[in-house]
Amino acid sequence: MKKLNGVHLSHDKRTQDCATANFPLPKQVIVPMSQSMGAPCNCLVKAGDTVFVGQKIGDTDAFMSVPIHSPVSGTVNAVTDYLLPGGNTCKAAVIDTDGEQTPDESVKAPVITDRKSFIAAIRESGLAGLGGAGFPAHVKMGFDPSKTPIDTLVINAAECEPYITSDYRQMVEAPDDVLDGIALVQKWLKIPNCKICIESNKPEAIALLKQKTADNNAVEVVTLPSTYPQGAEKVIIFSATGRIVEEGELPANQGVMVMNVSSAAFVSTYCRTGMPLVAKRLTLDGDAVTKNNGNYIVPIGTRLSELLEFGGAENPKKVLYGGPMMGFPVYDTDQPVLKTTNAVLAFNTVKEEKESACIRCGNCIKVCPMNLMPNLLLRAYKEKDVAALQELKVSLCMNCGCCSYICPAHKPLAESNQLAKGLLPRPAPKK
Amino acid sequence: MTGLRVSPSPHRSAGLTTQKIMLMVIIALLPAAIMGCVYFGVKAALVLIQTIIYCVAFEALFAVVTKKPQTVSDLSAVVTGLLLGMNLPATVPFYVPLIGSFFAIVIVKQLFGGIGQNFANPAIAARIVLMVSFSSQMTNWAVPFWYKNSADVVTGATPLAASWFDNGSAMVSPFTFKDMLLGTTGGCIGETCALALIIGGIFLIIMGVISPATPIAFIGVFGVLTLCYTGSLTMTVYQLLAGGLMIGAFFMATDYATTPLTTKGKVVFGAGCAIITFVIRQFGSFPEGVSFSILLMNLLTPYIDKLCKTKPLGAKKPVKEAAK
Repeated sequence: MKKLNGVHLSHDKRTQDCATANFPLPKQVIVPMSQSMGAPCNCLVKAGDTVFVGQKIGDTDAFMSVPIHSPVSGTVNAVTDYLLPGGNTCKAAVIDTDGEQTPDESVKAPVITDRKSFIAAIRESGLAGLGGAGFPAHVKMGFDPSKTPIDTLVINAAECEPYITSDYRQMVEAPDDVLDGIALVQKWLKIPNCKICIESNKPEAIALLKQKTADNNAVEVVTLPSTYPQGAEKVIIFSATGRIVEEGELPANQGVMVMNVSSAAFVSTYCRTGMPLVAKRLTLDGDAVTKNNGNYIVPIGTRLSELLEFGGAENPKKVLYGGPMMGFPVYDTDQPVLKTTNAVLAFNTVKEEKESACIRCGNCIKVCPMNLMPNLLLRAYKEKDVAALQELKVSLCMNCGCCSYICPAHKPLAESNQLAKGLLPRPAPKK
Repeated sequence: MTGLRVSPSPHRSAGLTTQKIMLMVIIALLPAAIMGCVYFGVKAALVLIQTIIYCVAFEALFAVVTKKPQTVSDLSAVVTGLLLGMNLPATVPFYVPLIGSFFAIVIVKQLFGGIGQNFANPAIAARIVLMVSFSSQMTNWAVPFWYKNSADVVTGATPLAASWFDNGSAMVSPFTFKDMLLGTTGGCIGETCALALIIGGIFLIIMGVISPATPIAFIGVFGVLTLCYTGSLTMTVYQLLAGGLMIGAFFMATDYATTPLTTKGKVVFGAGCAIITFVIRQFGSFPEGVSFSILLMNLLTPYIDKLCKTKPLGAKKPVKEAAK
C-alpha cells in the first residue's frame, strides 16, 4: 500500500493499560458557550438558576454550532466572559455543584424514526467531533445524499499523537458501544461500508474489534502504519481508501465520512440513554504528572488545575490540551476541560531550541504528508509573496507540524504556514 | 498558576541539528581520510589538519570582522576543510591549503551569505581554482607507502592518467581492481580508497543524512554511458573506481546547499553530473571531470529546483482564465 509521508515519533503511550476511572466531581465547573467549530451559543441560564445534569444551558439558531448542556447539577454562580484558547471571547456559565448529579428531566432516549430525526437528535446531543477539531457532528452528517453520496464511513481510531490513549481505552473497554454507534450511523445515513482504522501500535484493540466484526461484512478493521499523522483526516482517508480529497473539497466529495471512534461510541450511548455530551474520557499524563497518570471520565467544565493537582503536577512549564504535536497550550490552568479535550498533558521539560540558518537539507519536504515544500513556503511568507504562497499551496497545510518537528535549523515552518494563510485573499462568497 | 509557556505547536522536536548532521558527515568521511593518511603518510595528515584549521579559522574570522553571529560550532567549516584536504594531493606546498581554504570559506561560502546560501560547493570550487592556478603542484601525486622506502616523496600517476602497457594481447593498466578498491594508487588524499568512500556513503544514506537518489543516478548513469561507449565491462569498472567519482557522488554531489531539494531534482542532478564527467573523461583534455561536472550542475541547481517541485496531494491545477 502506498503511504503518505510522515514522521516516526516515540509513542509514549504510558497510560494505555490504565483503565478509565471517574474523576472526582469538582466543586465548581466553568462551561464556555463555544466548544465546537462555528458560532458560539447564547447562554440560556443566569446567576442563581438551578441546573441539572444534561440540561441545555446554551443554544443558538446558527447552523454551524451545537448546543451546550450542564455537566453537573447545582446552581449557576455567574455568567462571565471567557477568553477561549484561540483568542476569541464568549460567555461561560460558572456552576457550583451540589454533589447530587441529578439528571435533568429532559434526559431521555431520543425517538429516531428516519434520517432527519437522527440528525436532529445528534444535534441535540451536543456532539462535536471528539477527535479534537470539534466539527459539529450534525453538520457532517447533514450531507446531501443526492449530490455527494457517501459509501464509506471511516472510523478514525489512529490516535497518532504521543501520550494519548483515551480512544484506545474506549475501544478496549466499550467496543460494543463503538460498534453499535457505527451501526446506527450506517443505518440512518445509509452508508454501506465502514472501515475502522487503527494504528498498528494498538494490536489488542485491532484483535478485539476484528473478532467482534468477524461476521459483519459491512465493517472492516484496517491496520494503519504507526506513523504520524495517520489520524489527520486527509491522511486517514488516503490510507483507508486510497482516495484523495482534492483541494477545496470535503471528504463527502470523495464519498467518505470520517468520524472519531469515541464520537461513534457516544452516538450509541446517547441514543440509548439520551444523556448529552457532558463528560469526556481523557488522558492525564506528561512528565510533570507525577501520580495518577491515566484515563479519566471528567465532567466538561472541570478546571485543569484540579486535574493537575490530582496528578501531582506542581508548577509545570507547559500544559497542553491534546497531544504534543498539535495540542493547544494553556495560558491559565483555570481553563476548563472542553468537549474536544482528549488529553491534558503537563510538562516540566520545555525544549529551548535556537533558530539557525536553513541548510536546505530538504527534510521538511521529505516528511510533509501533503507533499508541500515548507522551506520555500517560509521564504514566500517572509517575502509576503502571495502568488508564490498560492502556487506552493499553503492552503493545503493542515498544521500537523512534521516539518517543524524534523527541521535541524528549528525554523517555525508549521507556524509560518498558518500565518501565511492569513495573507491569502478571501475566497469569493458563494452565490 | 503562572509562568506557563505558550507557543505554537508542535511542542516537541526530533532534536536534529545542523551540528549533528555535519558530525555524521565527518564520521562518514573519516574512513577514507584515515586510509589516505595510511597510504600517503604524515604529509597527508598535515594537509588535512591544515585545511581544517584554516577553514575553521576563516569562518570564525569572517564572523568577527563582519560582526555576524559566530557559526563555527555548526561544524560545517570542519566538513569543508576535511573535504578540501581530501581533494588535494599529499605533496602540496603549504600555501595551497591556505589559499584553498580562504577561497572556499570566504569567497564561495561567506560572501554569498554563509551556510545554505552558497551557489557552489566550497570544496569543489576551491579545488578547481587551485587546479587552474597551481596545475603542477596539484598534479604531483605521491605513490602509496612512499615513506617506507624513501625520505623524499616518490611520485607516480593516477589510474586515470596512467599509461597503459601492452601485455601482448591487450592493453593493461598498472593498477589492479584491488588497488583501486583499497586505494593503493596515486591520487588525492581522500579519493583513492573507493571502498572506504562507499562505506561512508552508505552510512550517510542509512542515517538519512543524504538521499540515495544522487549517488545512484550519478554512478548508475556514468556506468551505463561508459559501458555503452567502451563496450568493455573491465573498462567501466575501472572508470567507476578511478578518480574522484566515489567521493564526488557520495559526498560532494549530495551537498545540501548546492544541489536540488526534491528527489526528482536529485536524479536530474546526478544524471547531469554523470554525463558531464563521462564527456570530460572520454573526450576532454583533462583526465578527470568529476569536479567540473559538479560545479556546472551546482550552477543549474536553481533551475532544476524550479522545474522539479513536488506535487501537493490533491492540488488542483490553476484554472486558466477563459479567453476573452
